[in-house]
Amino acid sequence: MPSVEILSRIQFAFTIAFHYIYPPLSIGLGVCLVIMEGMYLRTGIRMYEDITRFWIKIFALIFGIGVATGIVMEFEFGTNWATYSRYVGDIFGSALAAEGIFAFALESGFLGILIFGWNRVSKGVHFFSTIMVALGSMFSAVWIVIANSWQQTPTGYVIEGEGLMARAVITDFWEMVFNPSSMDRLSHVIIGAFLAGSFLVMSVGAYYIVRNRFLEPAKAMFKVGLSVAVIAALAQLFTGHRSAHYVSEYQPAKLAAMEGHWDSSAVAPMYLFGWVDNEAGKTTGLGLPGGLSFLTHGSFSAPMTGLDAFPKTERPTAVNFVFQSYHIMIAIGMILIAMTLLAVYYLWRKRLFNKKWLMTLFIWAVLLPQIANQAGWYAAEVGRQPWVVYGLLRTSDALSKDVKANQVVFSLVLFTLVYTLLFILFIYLLNKKIQHGPAMTHNEEEESDEFSKRNIKQLQHPEH
Amino acid sequence: METILGLDLPTLWFLVIGGLITGYGVLDGFDLGAGALHLFFNKEESRRIALNAIGPVWDGNEVWLVIAGGALFAGFPLVYGTILSIFYVPFMLFLVALIFRAISIEFRSKEPMAWWRKMWDVSYTASSTLITFLLGLVLGNLIHGLPINEKHEFTGDLLTFFNPYALLIAITTLSLFMLHGAIYLVMKTENRLYAKLTVLVNNCSKFFILCFILSSMVTLIYIPHMTDEFKKNPWLFALPLLAVLTVLNIKRNIDARKYFTAFVFSSCITAVLLILFAIGLYPNIVISTTNPAYSISIYEAASSPKSLKIMLLMAAIGTPLVISYTIFVFWTFRGKVKLNEMSY
Repeated sequence: MPSVEILSRIQFAFTIAFHYIYPPLSIGLGVCLVIMEGMYLRTGIRMYEDITRFWIKIFALIFGIGVATGIVMEFEFGTNWATYSRYVGDIFGSALAAEGIFAFALESGFLGILIFGWNRVSKGVHFFSTIMVALGSMFSAVWIVIANSWQQTPTGYVIEGEGLMARAVITDFWEMVFNPSSMDRLSHVIIGAFLAGSFLVMSVGAYYIVRNRFLEPAKAMFKVGLSVAVIAALAQLFTGHRSAHYVSEYQPAKLAAMEGHWDSSAVAPMYLFGWVDNEAGKTTGLGLPGGLSFLTHGSFSAPMTGLDAFPKTERPTAVNFVFQSYHIMIAIGMILIAMTLLAVYYLWRKRLFNKKWLMTLFIWAVLLPQIANQAGWYAAEVGRQPWVVYGLLRTSDALSKDVKANQVVFSLVLFTLVYTLLFILFIYLLNKKIQHGPAMTHNEEEESDEFSKRNIKQLQHPEH
Repeated sequence: METILGLDLPTLWFLVIGGLITGYGVLDGFDLGAGALHLFFNKEESRRIALNAIGPVWDGNEVWLVIAGGALFAGFPLVYGTILSIFYVPFMLFLVALIFRAISIEFRSKEPMAWWRKMWDVSYTASSTLITFLLGLVLGNLIHGLPINEKHEFTGDLLTFFNPYALLIAITTLSLFMLHGAIYLVMKTENRLYAKLTVLVNNCSKFFILCFILSSMVTLIYIPHMTDEFKKNPWLFALPLLAVLTVLNIKRNIDARKYFTAFVFSSCITAVLLILFAIGLYPNIVISTTNPAYSISIYEAASSPKSLKIMLLMAAIGTPLVISYTIFVFWTFRGKVKLNEMSY
């Protein structure tokens, strides 16, 4: 049987990767919802209310699964990584607690009003609730990314105790919050989330346009999505560069793995694509010679720290995995920029919605930001290995001592089954809502009529 | 040691976490209880009303679990890691049950087929019952104490958790939440379902009172470390007395059909019972049955004073915010449930 460490890592990776399908969608959709409802309040056009209601229903579905899978994450720190929890609790715990009390509570509290409050509160209060939910979902990202960034570039702490009883103790809260990587990574993550949400909105809009259904609302939602996406795609170029820069400064081993650079005495190219031979310590691929050296040091001929500068126990071993994840993310980032700019161009030429091929492309493009978000995190987290807190605590030392391999197998099997079911249901219900479409007020009346008919029947034949 | 209002920081933080857990028990308690009772309603409309009674608020209620978990992580990381990893299997089942409860509520209304709705109804009741039962089981084991060695390592196995005392506390918790949920539902319903619930609420109160008496007696007789503190400070016996009075008041108000007052008292009993539990434990959080010296105290487990102070500040800012929008949401959805096109 695999070791507890491997099993716990697989479980954590699986549960967080699955969870991370949903929060970026919530964050991105939150922004789109604010725009849609804002348009409704500004123009008074009912169609905007219809698409807002439509997307709130989808938001609720996504949010529900995000919460359900998110609670798992919080408790998994304690169940599988007890030593880690004790080591970082003083710092990490406070960020997590802040997330709960400042962000999650805001989001969950106002979500009820968003979904059920249409007839109970005024339009203004409803819009305010929408903004609070959107802000809440972003605040969540803020605290979670700060906590994770502290693991990448720890600052504002001191180590107390020795050996097994050692732990990190906070010395400066704001230094912890504004650790060297937190703001760059936060902006990168939030914008990645904007892309995920806006591409979902565009995908559904494009689907209707291709199928020639709900044309007016479809065009409106596509435009809302596109306005968010084009800004986000371009901004991601900037935040991505900033993030790579902090990695080069604070986590040189990770950067070397992301770029597949081995030889410290050599100039580093910037690969477009390639393959890393882990055994031979060699990377082959197509790239711009000296490109990475130029980006990091401003000179095409400057040598760069490579993987050979680190003993095998101090650097990630899955170099090819980190390399590929990183390059997939970048390639997708470029594609997203191209797609959104093209769409904006055609929109300006008033031909966008006639371009069936582009619309078809946008239907499927919903997967791209998802893949890029996942790949980016794989590069960041696998690239940080063998450390769980960079330079301080090894992943292999962070486990729960009380947990046995068979227990983790049990929970891993459980999560695999439940999450598979969850994903099937999610796709099924999402598809159903999309097929049902945004012109809801009319159709739903028919549905509730059916209900009341059935209820009347039941009233005539009481069960007891 | 630094003190605020005469209390040292770990003690204050112990109180904060106690408050958060109480908040969770009071709030999620009623929707877990409503879930456990769900299959008692036979008609489709009744089930929809019962579901929509908790619909807009259950999500916000669960937030208290997230905050309490985060607060325990931040305040007593050693305890957080120890308790969660010792109760690995129960907590995994708990997490999966939380997922099933959430998706049962969300997905039930999405298809009209009878089998679909029935499936989610069963899943909703089963998961709500399991969540409550497991919470009670963990609580019961923490009161009872656990076989823990000098390195704070657990020396028991899965069967250790299923001792008769912990099972009794688990059932008592279930009876409390069912009563709490029934009172909540009776407040939110009218006509036929209301009539049915008035009967159900009576039965729940009898079931709870029976469990309450039984577990109080057993605790007094068999769990001496829980009563030590009370023997040292006899004035603390006012609290068990208060518990009895609260229980009697629940019964009295139910009989008088004053359900809102009954709900206030059933919220109070959750708080009073948790306070009794906290006094029994203090200053320990995890009690070792192997040797009392191996127990984990709040002083050993606490985060640094600086961290605790930062988080007290956060709690001071955050808690009023959370409470104010909790009240706002409850106020928005006050009154009897009416089904409309946005309902589950």
